[in-house]
Amino acid sequence: MSNKFNEYQQLWEQSVKKTNERFPERKEKFMNHSDIEIDRLYLPKEEETKTDYVEKIGFPGQYPYTRGIQPSMYRNRFWTMRQYAGFGSAKETNKRFRYLLEQGQTGLSVAFDLPTQIGYDSDDPMAEGEVGKVGVAIDSLEDMEILFDQIPLDKVSTSMTINAPASVLLCMYIAVAEKQGVPKEKITGTIQNDILKEYIARGTYIYPPKPSMRLITNIFEYCATHVPKFNTISISGYHIREAGSTAVQEVAFTLANGMAYVDAAIESGLKVDEFAPRLAFFFNAHNNFFEEIAKFRAARRIWAKVMKERYKATDERSLRLRFHTQTGGSTLTAQQPDNNIVRVALQALAAVLGGTQSLHTNSRDEALALPTEESARIALRTQQIIAHESGVADTVDPLGGSYYVEQLTDDIEKEVQKYLDRIEEMGGAVQAVEDGYMQREIHQAAYEMQKKIESKENIIVGMNEFTVDEPFQGELLKVDEQLEIDQVARVQSIRENRDEANVQNCLNALRKACQNEKENLMPLILDAVKAYATVGEICNVMRDEFGEYTGA
Amino acid sequence: MERKIRVLIAKPGLDGHDRGALVIAQALRDYGMEVIYTGLRQSATQIVQAAIQEDVDVIGLSSLSGGHKALFPKVVELLKEKGAEDIPVIGGGVIPDEDIEFLLESGVNKVFTPGSSTKDIAKYIEALIRGGQNE
Repeated sequence: MSNKFNEYQQLWEQSVKKTNERFPERKEKFMNHSDIEIDRLYLPKEEETKTDYVEKIGFPGQYPYTRGIQPSMYRNRFWTMRQYAGFGSAKETNKRFRYLLEQGQTGLSVAFDLPTQIGYDSDDPMAEGEVGKVGVAIDSLEDMEILFDQIPLDKVSTSMTINAPASVLLCMYIAVAEKQGVPKEKITGTIQNDILKEYIARGTYIYPPKPSMRLITNIFEYCATHVPKFNTISISGYHIREAGSTAVQEVAFTLANGMAYVDAAIESGLKVDEFAPRLAFFFNAHNNFFEEIAKFRAARRIWAKVMKERYKATDERSLRLRFHTQTGGSTLTAQQPDNNIVRVALQALAAVLGGTQSLHTNSRDEALALPTEESARIALRTQQIIAHESGVADTVDPLGGSYYVEQLTDDIEKEVQKYLDRIEEMGGAVQAVEDGYMQREIHQAAYEMQKKIESKENIIVGMNEFTVDEPFQGELLKVDEQLEIDQVARVQSIRENRDEANVQNCLNALRKACQNEKENLMPLILDAVKAYATVGEICNVMRDEFGEYTGA
Repeated sequence: MERKIRVLIAKPGLDGHDRGALVIAQALRDYGMEVIYTGLRQSATQIVQAAIQEDVDVIGLSSLSGGHKALFPKVVELLKEKGAEDIPVIGGGVIPDEDIEFLLESGVNKVFTPGSSTKDIAKYIEALIRGGQNE
């Protein structure tokens, strides 16, 4: 670079030195949460040419997709505003869904209660106290019909946070669509279906890894032919991050899990380009603004390279990492909850600047309870303000070319690669999960973070600094305790009013199919669901056949 | 030498959020206590059984799923049934203020909400078990 550049750089360095002698910098070293050191200033790189740009960063919509997966991104269409919602009964949740759609939300996202997510009916003793608490209780197809009442499934796309019983809930969704006259080839949406992160961080597993991976590849295979527009998995870093990981770990463990699913599908006989275009991802957006933006950009670049170089995918859609983002639940404080609105706005902005395809913004009161209708509305409005008022969506990847963001993208890629290499050495993600490796890494990061908060090395505004001594006065959402009693009665009445012989036939057929590893379980689960067999009954058949996972 | 304080950290119900439970378990260990962590999805019966078997001084329950009002009092009741009501129960998680009173009335000794420092929790337990050494 020119002599003039060097001359000015030296001048600047001298003035920094002088200033720092009088006013030392706030910290000796500035580190982000991934332990990457942040420089004082980022500068253009001497050697970078236009050829380097094309190889490393590229144009939007072109390999390696650093700047985004579409050629003109939000200039065509904003991201999908998709708020995760669900509580109590199907009827109540249907009401909230219709409210959110009326308010301008553009996609649905179903939160199921824990018994549904772990494959227990509402009247199972294991379900006691948890029915309808963190999401909607779904026992049978009837609940699902009520959940989507008056919601046209040919127009609305639906994301379902469901993992171990993903096949069952997807079949219920297919059955409801068919009843509405919408063929399964036309429905759009996503099932989470990511069991590995359940073992690592989220905890709603049922079966051991091997049969769980079979169920997942059964879904890939079935949907490739019959439900071609559905995303068959949403490989999730979100919960890994919530469990306490760093940004680098979030990307590394998620992509390692993604590779494990690709391996499993190929091993089951599928061709990579048959299923890879339907893989979707799900990331978190925390507070460290530029770290988060760089994280999304790095994740896209790494995945594109992995798919192209390692798996030899040729369909461009297989190379594109499409992702949903949710703002960081664990960054919300119970103290001065209105401050969370600001946190969510910053996190959401980072997701948009990182090129997300869809976004959920958390509500201010979620460190205390499920959101009230008012809080949920503010969260949605936050996205709408970013989209319609801030102007950030008017150009593609506005931070591309920022010396800092590009360097940080490179740094994160490098650190992620180290983890990917280590996991590969261990024998891949399934092995690493079974050994508890990722769990330990995350726990250690979580503990370090907690210590930094308690020592005030990390300031959390309103919690460990700038506190007030005022209890929270606002309103909170309460799930009616009567609901569990009503839902238990409902599932029992379903069992009394269906063709029991048909149900038993379906369940027996499913049991047999479980014993034949080569058979795809999806058509049998679909039959059972249509006969009004319950989530618990179907999952219990598979529990009997596959056994239960009990931890690493 | 005085016996170390023994703590059972338990996750009742189906909630899978164990970050808080794990962090507190480790912090209490670093503070000098012996901590047994039950893992996820424990029924009240399993928790009480483990507490008695392991001869713990205190039980810490964690729930972030909203199930605390049903799940925490059940542990307290079962302890009574088994004649182990001398083991105090403390709780934590996503718990609204208005539920705290109910939990305290149901026999839970103390509820720690998000933002509590692990040191405060350790000190509380120490005072509860050793008695009177803290203000």
